[in-house]
Amino acid sequence: MNYRLLYFASLCDSAGRAEEMVASDAQDVRALYAELAARHGFTFTPERLRVAVNGEFTDWNRHLADHDEVVFLPPVSGG
Amino acid sequence: MFAISDKPIDAARLQGELEGRGVGAVVCFEGRVRDHNDGRAVNGLSYQAYVELAEAEGRKIVEEARARFAVERIVCVHRVGDLALGEIAVWAGVSAGHRAAAFDACRYVVDEVKARVPIWKREHYAEGVSEWLHPGAE
Repeated sequence: MNYRLLYFASLCDSAGRAEEMVASDAQDVRALYAELAARHGFTFTPERLRVAVNGEFTDWNRHLADHDEVVFLPPVSGG
Repeated sequence: MFAISDKPIDAARLQGELEGRGVGAVVCFEGRVRDHNDGRAVNGLSYQAYVELAEAEGRKIVEEARARFAVERIVCVHRVGDLALGEIAVWAGVSAGHRAAAFDACRYVVDEVKARVPIWKREHYAEGVSEWLHPGAE
């Protein structure tokens, strides 16, 4: 399946891009993160990240559909 | 109202949105760019947001505050982009019939925005390096 990934802050720096289309066999968010962490050298464990699919917060067991937009959110620092 | 803005925040204009005949108290908070953090000299900040989700989560926080406190109006704007020292990074204003609700709601909005809204700060240090801030243990 194909997923659209958006990257922010240090994950954007690590990936070297703000977004990408990824072809993957991963069926859920957790599996997709493991694959991308290995590819891009992300050092955050899932416990330190939140995840959003199609613009809404979701959980790590979320099952993915073709062309979902997936975002892994590092700890926020607004304000 | 909650918004992400890539333009400088106009505090006077935002304060004008807090008017109302039942308003007896107005509390405004400005978060500004300071010249130091954690013992390091800071030259400026850059903020990045996942705008779609940040605006949705910010609106949710404003609705929560409206449900918890007896307020008239709530306005909060967070800046993104490159900010110089002294610029306003986040502005929150609350009007209410009485001061307690205005203080409480303003603090609630600012605290929740800092904790929950997907916005990230990059500090530019005087020694020439920059780092994203990701609070919490490594």
